[in-house]
Amino acid sequence: MLWRVGATTAPNGRESNEAFEPMADLLQFVFSGLTVGAVYALVALGFTLIYNASGVINFAQGEFVMLGGMTTVFLVLAGVPLPLAALGAIIVTVAIGLLLHRLAIEPAHDAGAAVLIIITIGASIFLRGAAEVMFDKRFHSLPHMFGNEPIRLAGAAILPQSLVVLAGAAVIVILLSLFMERTLFGKAVVATAANRLAARLVGINTRHIVGFSFAVSAAIGAVGGILVTPITLTSYDAGTLLALKAFAGAMLGGIGSAFGAVLGGLLLGLLEAFSAGYLSSQYKDAVAFLVILAVLLVRPEGLLGRAGVERV
Amino acid sequence: MRRLLESRFAIVAWAAAIALALPPIFPSGYYYRVGALVFIFALAAVGLNLLMGFAGQVSLGHAGFVGIGAYAVAIGPAHLGAPSWLCVPAGAALAGLVAFLVGRPILRLKGHYLAVATLGFGLLISIVLTNEAAWTGGPDGMSVRRLYVMSQAVSGSQTWYWISATTFCVGAALALNLIDSPSGRALRAIHDSETAARSLGVDVARKKLAVFVISAVYASVAGSYLALLNGHITPDAAGFLRSIELVAMVVLGGMGSIFGSLVGAAVLVVLPQTLTSFHDYEHMALGLIVMGCMIFLRQGIVPALAAALPGRRE
Repeated sequence: MLWRVGATTAPNGRESNEAFEPMADLLQFVFSGLTVGAVYALVALGFTLIYNASGVINFAQGEFVMLGGMTTVFLVLAGVPLPLAALGAIIVTVAIGLLLHRLAIEPAHDAGAAVLIIITIGASIFLRGAAEVMFDKRFHSLPHMFGNEPIRLAGAAILPQSLVVLAGAAVIVILLSLFMERTLFGKAVVATAANRLAARLVGINTRHIVGFSFAVSAAIGAVGGILVTPITLTSYDAGTLLALKAFAGAMLGGIGSAFGAVLGGLLLGLLEAFSAGYLSSQYKDAVAFLVILAVLLVRPEGLLGRAGVERV
Repeated sequence: MRRLLESRFAIVAWAAAIALALPPIFPSGYYYRVGALVFIFALAAVGLNLLMGFAGQVSLGHAGFVGIGAYAVAIGPAHLGAPSWLCVPAGAALAGLVAFLVGRPILRLKGHYLAVATLGFGLLISIVLTNEAAWTGGPDGMSVRRLYVMSQAVSGSQTWYWISATTFCVGAALALNLIDSPSGRALRAIHDSETAARSLGVDVARKKLAVFVISAVYASVAGSYLALLNGHITPDAAGFLRSIELVAMVVLGGMGSIFGSLVGAAVLVVLPQTLTSFHDYEHMALGLIVMGCMIFLRQGIVPALAAALPGRRE
């Protein structure tokens, strides 16, 4: 499996005589779910930024997370101190995000949605292949930032790194919303998302906005990858399933809504953790997609999306 | 009649001519295998093209149906004692039934929502195939018994080359027949605008469901052939990358062009074979090819060529 939700409960979590503690179990699942969900939320947020600015569903979004994690791992292995390695990884990932936009998305900007989706999937396969060649095919981890001694809370064991992931995700979401509301450039991004043509008419360079959204999405993904790698590990192929699930999370919240993306991502993480804990860890991916199917069928516009009107 | 010959059967005749013309220039038996793979994937791509190119509904989980067909010929003889030849239509029927049950709610969705729903459906099938190890052998897959017809073993790349080429021609002819029928025109109306089609009296939901079931049957037969040709099957055959490959074949060849599906399948099956000598760079190259084709050959190869040759219609 690419994403190991159960890792937060192992190995020194609980003793055998504590096996029947429903509240402790519940709390444990909530925390592991929120940890993974926070990463889904970050990737889903990246999806939403790019989708709002350009209408493109960027399937290479998960590769940003992989690149962030893997680049940091290999810089650390090369002897670079962790903070510098993390910074380097973010810069590399942003550069790749910008190149992706400039070389692959922009030349095809007037193509249909299906073509653009396939281009980003091609980019995802390419980035995976590049990581396979430049790094290796093994699983890698990073040192925990505040040690790996779990914090005990009402019978549940919580890794300090989980709190780092949650705090990091919260900081990113807050910074991003402040940026959108308080700065002129941020307002231009919001205007572009609301109506691309109207934004262009009032003099906003929507091309720059789209490039910017790719850069920010790449940075967000890289940060998520760096934060979560100590818990879930990373490898060259970790991005694909992550992108699919985060895409599903964004859909769950309602595509185009930033708040919905965060909510959908967190919900998906929780659902996975609960189904892994209470039903079957083998089928946790399946349960997540089943619930998404159910939500889509009952409320096709997502939890927070608005119903669209088709014009002939 | 003249129009019929030109528009419909010319394409099948071309495909048949290509299938007949290639073997004399094959340098070794290995090329029969590649050829068989091309026709098998082209068959699945034609089915998906009916759904995408004509009805305008995207499916990112079609490899799930390929998986149903493939595991039908693997599980049927091994666990249920059913003869292999019976498992091909049985698998197709099962895929059709699953498509019928799943398609009814899923096809109400549109655009990206339809994409994520079909994607989730495809993933569910590959997850089940991976996890039910007692039946499917798990991630390592399982071996597939040979096909026997009248106590005669059907094996060898050469035999399967002819079987898959013939099946492709039949499948393409049926698809072309459907496109030229009133149902086909209704589907194209749905492609252009569902609301407009509905107001013209087209039963949109039923037509979409019908073409979804048909495309699932095409994919399932392709999956059965794939399993019988290889003699071994893994859940990868039903995986997400396979679904994307199928979509790429359709778009690369040209949406709405049946002959294009053959061209798209040929490009995406043959290219990785030629890249095996650079094995490490295979994924990078595949990604670059997919991106490059989508950027520079957006309409698909066959429609682009057709537009470049004046006076010729595809």
